[in-house]
Amino acid sequence: MFDILSSIFPLALAYTAPLLIIALGGLFSERSGVVNIGLEGLMGIGAFSSAFFISSNYESLGDFAIILGIIIGALAGGVFSIIHAFASINMKADQVISGTAINMLSSAITIYLARSLTGSANIQIIKGFIKNDIAGLSKIPLIGPLFFSNAYATTYLVIIIVIISWYVLYKLPFGYHLRACGENPQAADSMGINVIKMRYIGVILSGILAGLGGAIVITTYYGEFSANVYSGLGFLALAALIFGKWKPFGVLGASLFFGFAKTVADMSQLFEALKKMPNIYFNTFPYVVTILALIIFSKNSVGPKAAGEPYDPGKR
Amino acid sequence: MKKISKYFTNEDYQKKIIPFLSVLLGFIMGALIMLFSGYNPLEAYSALLKGAGFYGSIKRFGDTLLNMTTLIFTGLSVAFAFRTGLFNIGAAGQMLMGGFIAVYIGIIFDLPRIIHLPFAVISAGLAGALWASIPGILKAKFKVHEVVTTIMMNWIAYWSVYYFVPNYIPGNFDTESAVIKESASLRTDWLSSLFKGSYVNLGLFLSIIAVIIIWWILEKTTFGYELKAVGFNPNSAEYAGMKVNRNIVFSMMISGTLAGLAGAVYYLGYTNNIKIGELPTQGFDGIAVALLGLNNPIGIVFSSFLFGFMNAGKLFMSASTEVPKELIEIIIAVIIFFAAANLMIKGFLSKINKVIYRKEGEKNV
Repeated sequence: MFDILSSIFPLALAYTAPLLIIALGGLFSERSGVVNIGLEGLMGIGAFSSAFFISSNYESLGDFAIILGIIIGALAGGVFSIIHAFASINMKADQVISGTAINMLSSAITIYLARSLTGSANIQIIKGFIKNDIAGLSKIPLIGPLFFSNAYATTYLVIIIVIISWYVLYKLPFGYHLRACGENPQAADSMGINVIKMRYIGVILSGILAGLGGAIVITTYYGEFSANVYSGLGFLALAALIFGKWKPFGVLGASLFFGFAKTVADMSQLFEALKKMPNIYFNTFPYVVTILALIIFSKNSVGPKAAGEPYDPGKR
Repeated sequence: MKKISKYFTNEDYQKKIIPFLSVLLGFIMGALIMLFSGYNPLEAYSALLKGAGFYGSIKRFGDTLLNMTTLIFTGLSVAFAFRTGLFNIGAAGQMLMGGFIAVYIGIIFDLPRIIHLPFAVISAGLAGALWASIPGILKAKFKVHEVVTTIMMNWIAYWSVYYFVPNYIPGNFDTESAVIKESASLRTDWLSSLFKGSYVNLGLFLSIIAVIIIWWILEKTTFGYELKAVGFNPNSAEYAGMKVNRNIVFSMMISGTLAGLAGAVYYLGYTNNIKIGELPTQGFDGIAVALLGLNNPIGIVFSSFLFGFMNAGKLFMSASTEVPKELIEIIIAVIIFFAAANLMIKGFLSKINKVIYRKEGEKNV
């Protein structure tokens, strides 16, 4: 049993890292009051940009191209999210429709660009991050093989970002202001907070983080941009955001939980002990428990109260 | 002059021209993207029209109608929910479940056509209704927002089909089901020969019937009136003695039935089998269709024709001009943006109006 665990665990962590960072992106956006179901699309933009950059610059820049590639993926996601911010904040568009359009636009435009820039809808990168055992820590019994073996550097980057996010959201004035815009923008405005600006920051942060998530997908376990990148990771992140009650560490737990279920679903055919369990259970599990969680949460609303409503200063 | 100017200022008239302007802007944006990436937009657009059968080939025009058939159903599904104040973003999942049940029945059973085909089609509608009833009930009972639950239901449908197809109705490839029996197919020889081999099928007539029924429910029945009242203002509808919760569930189920039927006409007519690993894009295009058709059944016929010909013509376009077919999806997404972010167009319109009025004023002086 420990054999199975120690071979699944590093894979689950690798899968959880982008899931977690995308969900965290959603958290910033929704906490500022803008519903973002375009996470899948923003993730795809990041995945495409980083794959394109790395594949065309690896020969001249070497391994440095990989690092630059994930930065570019994150920035591209941030820039693309401005469309969603403009539509939902300035134009007061329905945020769900705008998010849907982001998803459609992203999958169309990235594949369009891939075809017209490279001649193929698939972009392979020559090299991504390499799995490493962390010196020293991987030798710790039990924990070592689970958490510190066969791990990507990006996984730790993601965990650091989660901790920073928690600190920013709950310990700094900026975090209070951002959350106030998602709870009661009228009150926030009357206290002198610039609601429009805070919501822009929230949405753009979500674009950056979702783009980073997409770049991590490419540079760690996927290794290639293609239409298959759009297979629901952004929506799984949305489920993790809700199941984690819109809180950084809640989202961390939910992402781990879902990432694990997803990995077991993908790997179940490889292990005798798991073969009897049809993968439908593991694959649908995150969505089923999220719906159940919503029923339980419904008694006392836990999400940001003003999420989804355009801010109208006239209502003050 | 006043007659034209009301289109710029009056909200009701603005609403009517926003769809046209959104489409125009979408195509302009598409042309710009093509120019930037080194293609000739005029060539591409004329290839698109040719590919959609506007001239040259009656078969291609049949394919336009074929694409339109599915979009009428998903458009009606989204619009019906919209009219009653609900956002059914789960049309894709309901369509997938409906389609799966239809294909399953089409493969497993051996019946005469007159029983087999209606059995498969009706079951698809019921499956869609059942799938949509869950978000409806959760909304009515627990006030859980239907957007989130329908998204989750989409992915539950996706993974269910992903498991059931290869395990229960496997086809020649791992990613596809077997082909349905002819007795369950909506394709008919006389339509196909009329359109020189296009797969345009009986679903087209079903979609027209659906348009009429939905129009009738919304405009001519008290039930439809109640549903619209709930959509307009649930509190006052409740106060007026309407059963709001019951109406929410009914509305979702009707919306789901339409999406399930979209699955029937697509998988029993267009493809004749079902693929795993994808949510049907028609479910999301349905949002565009509804938005552009102003949630009106008649408007939906026109907007689904538009998207139908764009989808039908894109393969010919990309084959003859090398413009990637994804260009069409980009245009559809841009149209949705402009239609949803209509404040932008409204602002632009009132600016134009000011310019016109200033000139008028000068003339009078």
